[in-house]
Amino acid sequence: MTRDQLLQAYHDMLLIRRFEEKAGQLYGMGLIGGFCHLYIGQEAVVVGMQACLEPGDQVITSYRDHGHMLATGMEARGVMAELTGRSGGYSRGKGGSMHMFSREKGFYGGHGIVGAQVSLGTGLAFSNWYRESRNVSLTYFGEGASNQGQVYESFNLAALMKLPVIFIIENNKYGMGTSVERASASHDLSKNGAAWGIPGEQVNGMDVTAVKEAGERAAAHCREGKGPYLLEMKTYRYRGHSMSDPAKYRTREEVQKMREQSDPIETARKMLLEQDVSEAELKKIDDEVKAVVQEAADFAQKSPEPDEAELWTDVLLEAPVMEAR
Amino acid sequence: MPRRTMVEAIRDALDVMMARDPRVVVFGEDVGYFGGVFRCTEGLQRKYGASRCFDAPISETGIIGVAVGMGAYGLRPVAEIQFADYMYPGYDQIVSEAARLRYRSAGEFTAPMVVRMPCGGGIFGGQTHSQSPEALFTHVAGLKTVIPSNPYDAKGLLIAAIEDDDPVIFLEPKRVYNGPFNGHHDQPIVPWARHPLGETPDGHYAIPLGQAAVRREGAAVTVLAYGTMVHVAEAAAEETGVDAEIIDLRSLVPLDVETIVRSVMKTGRCVILHEATRTSGFGAELSAQVQERCFHHLEAPILRVTGWDTPYPHAQEWDYFPGPDRVGRALRAVLEE
Ligand SMILES: Cc1ncc(C[n+]2csc(CCOP(=O)(O)OP(=O)(O)O)c2C)c(N)n1
Ligand SMILES: [Mg+2]
Repeated sequence: MTRDQLLQAYHDMLLIRRFEEKAGQLYGMGLIGGFCHLYIGQEAVVVGMQACLEPGDQVITSYRDHGHMLATGMEARGVMAELTGRSGGYSRGKGGSMHMFSREKGFYGGHGIVGAQVSLGTGLAFSNWYRESRNVSLTYFGEGASNQGQVYESFNLAALMKLPVIFIIENNKYGMGTSVERASASHDLSKNGAAWGIPGEQVNGMDVTAVKEAGERAAAHCREGKGPYLLEMKTYRYRGHSMSDPAKYRTREEVQKMREQSDPIETARKMLLEQDVSEAELKKIDDEVKAVVQEAADFAQKSPEPDEAELWTDVLLEAPVMEAR
Repeated sequence: MPRRTMVEAIRDALDVMMARDPRVVVFGEDVGYFGGVFRCTEGLQRKYGASRCFDAPISETGIIGVAVGMGAYGLRPVAEIQFADYMYPGYDQIVSEAARLRYRSAGEFTAPMVVRMPCGGGIFGGQTHSQSPEALFTHVAGLKTVIPSNPYDAKGLLIAAIEDDDPVIFLEPKRVYNGPFNGHHDQPIVPWARHPLGETPDGHYAIPLGQAAVRREGAAVTVLAYGTMVHVAEAAAEETGVDAEIIDLRSLVPLDVETIVRSVMKTGRCVILHEATRTSGFGAELSAQVQERCFHHLEAPILRVTGWDTPYPHAQEWDYFPGPDRVGRALRAVLEE
């Protein structure tokens, strides 16, 4: 990465980190309800991958989606207002934390059902292939999701038809309260596509430069018409699975050690300082990010509740006719 | 008598059955080491070992399919689907395998198994943590569908379900896991420890599937409800002062038609409640049953109060949930006819 690219990546990762911290605070204050899954610790994955994209490429992921959205350039305020269930949210309060979309930014969701987005992402890749475009579908899922049958049905179809899809397994070591060792007989998930001849790599997902390099190899492979590519990102989530997580399945020390030794933002920061970026320059980025997040939080509290009529819209094109009861 | 929450009652039922019957095997996502996201299986792996209580990978198709095979060859699997909203990948195995094995083998093989699933809304879970899919099961011949509304019933019905020789879908209205939520979301719930139905005897007892319970006797209108809506009905009856007879169905298939018919013949009016969407909901079946059997005794059209025909909303949960106000309005309306 060039110095400027790394500065940009630092900014983007920090934005996600601060956004998620703020979301956690608002949740604690009761301003956000329901299910909310934070991305803290995994920022390098989406930021590194986003740097490999061209206009028209698609991104699709699971419910742990705030980072992905911010990385595509979706606005922090629209994401935060969806978390608070307001009309200014990306899904006008209908989707919540797990379900947001942006055609403009090529973001196809935000999906609550574990594994479902993998087939959808394969369909996006089919559309690219059908249109003979250069575009690639970035299909993210967790290591827990990698045990769903439809993941392998998708692998087969993508390999069979040489569809331009990068399957990205975000291996953060846990699916809810169950560690990867307890749920998966495969230990090197990058080989999970081997039966279909899908090339795969394990990547240090805590290092944004390593992610970008691997992402570029994968994207080039897809754009050359060689079919799907699999990246296993070795990463870690610092916070609980969702906001209600008793955290009984791992030790505090384990989390502490990851934070201290391989934090993606700290790592980027050190690299920047070594490249003669000044503390003042970094401080300026910190302040900018803080302001954006604060503005998003304010907006998310001020934006009005959805209109009652919204209960009936977007079910089908024509709203269902309901008698008052 | 010991008091238990619904979670504790379910855990106790599993514990009792695992101790009595070595064929009982409990599994599902996060069920073993972690003890289940709602803690229904906490401690079971430690007590019975990982071959009797294990973590399944995230694969609902696999969980249900494996249970069918286990049941066909002599075990009594109790599988957990973490939320009913996640059963769809396993639905094919439920419908095409579990429900049909007995029929297509002319009784040679069966699938005695229980699939436990937390269901229903009121927890601000949006469209992927709030659904009430009971009608998708009651519509399938070859399945039993059970839904308790309180700890005492949960334990007795779960034991009966595990002992049953056919596949049983066991729906757990998660909003009443810790207390009888009555739809007043702005008021604190009474914990089960202070409710008579929180009393659950130790050891083994079974409540036969297919027996409804009359929760409140009344002469003016029969209310048919199950799960969380039983408590909503009680609140609505109390708040409107309508002399309602509230029947907790407990089991949808088999259905206690006799208790329903006896009550409607007495009251001449009927209101049916469920959280699930209205069109083709289980209320439609109930309405048809009542109409077919009690037509000449009905003094007013049967009314249904249900969820709207929309996906379960995120921000507008309380506009969707059929709470005590809506139920109360129906109770009054059916009396005005
Ligand atoms: C079909 C389905 N089954 C189960 C769940 C419940 N669930 C939500 S997240 C999760 C764990 C997923 O872990 P992983 O894929 O590793 O993603 P991570 O949460 O670590 O990002 C589970 C079991 C679900 N949402 N959908
Ligand atoms: Mg994971």
